[in-house]
Amino acid sequence: MRDWLLYRTFWDLTITGLALGSIYSLVALGYTLVYGVLRLINFAHSEIFMVGTFGALMASQEFLGIPMLEDGGYPYRTGFMLIVFLVFILLCAMVFSGLGAVALERVAYKSLRGNGDLFGAVVLAFLTGFVVSMVFVDDTLANVIVAAILTAPITMGYMSLFRRGKQSPRLAFLISAIGASTAIAEAMAIWGPEKREQYQTPRILEKDVLFSFLGADVRVDNVIVIVGALLMMVALTLFVNKSRLGRGVRAVAQDAETARILGVNVDMIILVTFALGGVMAGGAAMLFTLVYEQSRFNIGFILGVKSFTAAVLGGIGNLKGALLGGLVLGLVENYASAVFGGQWKDVVAFVVLLVVLMFRPTGLLGESLGRARV
Amino acid sequence: MKKSRVLRASALLIGLSLVGVACGGDDTSSDTTAAAGGDVTCDGLKIAFFGALTGDAGNLGQNIKKGVDLAVAEFNEANPGCQVGIEAYDSQGDPAQAPALADKAVADASVVGIVGPAFSGESKAVNGKFDEAGLPIVTPSATNPDLANQGWKIFHRALAGDDKQGPGIVQKITADGKAKVGVIDDNSEYGKGLADIVQAGLGAAAVEMNSLDPEGSDYSAIVTAAKDAGVDGIFFGGYYAAAGKLAKQLKDGGVDAQLYFADGVLDVGFIEAAGPAAEGSIIMCPCAPKDSNADFLAAFKAKFNEDPATYAAEAYDAATAFLDAIAAGKQDRASILEFLKTYDKAGVTKQIKWDEKGEVAGNAIYAYTIESGAIVGKPGLIG
Repeated sequence: MRDWLLYRTFWDLTITGLALGSIYSLVALGYTLVYGVLRLINFAHSEIFMVGTFGALMASQEFLGIPMLEDGGYPYRTGFMLIVFLVFILLCAMVFSGLGAVALERVAYKSLRGNGDLFGAVVLAFLTGFVVSMVFVDDTLANVIVAAILTAPITMGYMSLFRRGKQSPRLAFLISAIGASTAIAEAMAIWGPEKREQYQTPRILEKDVLFSFLGADVRVDNVIVIVGALLMMVALTLFVNKSRLGRGVRAVAQDAETARILGVNVDMIILVTFALGGVMAGGAAMLFTLVYEQSRFNIGFILGVKSFTAAVLGGIGNLKGALLGGLVLGLVENYASAVFGGQWKDVVAFVVLLVVLMFRPTGLLGESLGRARV
Repeated sequence: MKKSRVLRASALLIGLSLVGVACGGDDTSSDTTAAAGGDVTCDGLKIAFFGALTGDAGNLGQNIKKGVDLAVAEFNEANPGCQVGIEAYDSQGDPAQAPALADKAVADASVVGIVGPAFSGESKAVNGKFDEAGLPIVTPSATNPDLANQGWKIFHRALAGDDKQGPGIVQKITADGKAKVGVIDDNSEYGKGLADIVQAGLGAAAVEMNSLDPEGSDYSAIVTAAKDAGVDGIFFGGYYAAAGKLAKQLKDGGVDAQLYFADGVLDVGFIEAAGPAAEGSIIMCPCAPKDSNADFLAAFKAKFNEDPATYAAEAYDAATAFLDAIAAGKQDRASILEFLKTYDKAGVTKQIKWDEKGEVAGNAIYAYTIESGAIVGKPGLIG
């Protein structure tokens, strides 16, 4: 009986599945880009998405001062103002995520590549001082002051210890990624204004049905998410394929050592790659808050796992693969919910992943941003 | 080169430890033991709260904690010779986090009674530990019927279980004349258990719509299924955060069915999450409306400057039972447990008297609704 539900509501499920899938795709791009150049699964990328949702939240509630409710209804904006607001929120989310991703790279990964990094050392020194003073004093302000005083000497200590000129083993990066992910999420849970509670973002877009497509109602927000995500992906692809920096990204992805010999600033390119992934995650975060109007300190966790799955499904390291993987995953989840019930959707999604990997170990489209084939 | 690095590292360590010395030494906790004077004396006894103070359903635990705080504050004021402390174990409502906290509570000999565990899932995970330790519990909110059937001697609850709440919900939905009711749950011990009871009670009128992931954010597949089935009512068994998301997405998706929820949703968090989509939702609860006892309402308002919310009154009754035991000179776990067996007293919510399974005698179910963004108690008392 439930399969007839799929038959009857196929297009409804397709549209909502594509909307969620495009958000998966955007986040998956971050995993794929970083994997392409560093061969690293950046598990903290889910937290970059989380930071983006809070960027969107701050943009709408703090910078634009939009209330949750106006006269008992949603604070709808229309016409030109709506577009200005949406673009502003999008940019804020992208800036938050982009900067977050860059900071993450400098603090959690760059030092491990063996050359040390002043910014990373300063942040780590501050955190060290903070944690140490927390052992003795239970007062955040005092901790901050002590940490600030200690930052300079500890930084010097760290910088002198850094200079190894030797890359850490791959496992170290992985642990650093997982650690950074937990640290960022928990920091948000401890110091965020609502702690571990759910945040609501105001609704400025009236979610009207735009048109009917084969019996399915297509809402404005679905269209914005799908079209917005596609535009961002086209822009990213153009950037990677046509621009100078993009060429650098491809060069480092193919062979970092040769690229370095040929004069490519590899560290800079890695930073650019993280920034690109962060900006895409910021875009995803803005679209996510547009549709689901919520955030939480751990909002990135499930979405991150799904997006990583999408990246692997499409072929990790492959930009088009991330797009395809995200959309396929969004659709499969929705169809599976209709046929088997919501509690089965993750099971079905991962069965599909395993089956695909069994026949195509490198994912649907294979690795293409990957190493040069020799 | 190598030597200098070691030197610098040790300099760093020495620097750090110096700071430690400089910052240490203010960690003295004051233990207030008031001078004797009241008719009851005791020393170092504690009642514990066990449940979510943070997390997805943290508001419910906050309400409960306030009820306990009020009861203990009143007791301490009346008995200067016996100052009872409160220990809070914040499980976040998570059955995985609860066992470690339960071990802590059991190990703390000064904890003589527990108000909680707040939720059914965590109750299943830890009540066995409390039973082994002989630590009496009175839960003001865990309503899963199975909890009373586990043979736990320490188990009591201060409100009716879901085997009474479920039929109450069915009665309400049937009385409203709903012919096709979608039944959804959140796959939790509480939510799924209650949804199953409601679904069975509704019989042919129920449309099974399976579970949703309370941590997830996208419920569009369920919205689509509800639209397709053309339901005129929807019951969701779960907690307020997920209920809010669900209500909003149902409304956005054009589903106009009457929404029914149970006690886990009776919180302003639901209205915050759902926004205008919460309007008109009906929420059933075995918990008494805030104005059911005028004295309690006034005392609560005086202490917290707000109205008591869901379970605060039940928690007050639960804590009072323990405090009455202490006042009667029962000051260890075993004698308090013995005392509760014969306890029979008018609480602020109902007559507090337990049968041998720990079920409370009264089993009234109340209906609430959301009007203009506020929870309104309806006179629709059932059961």
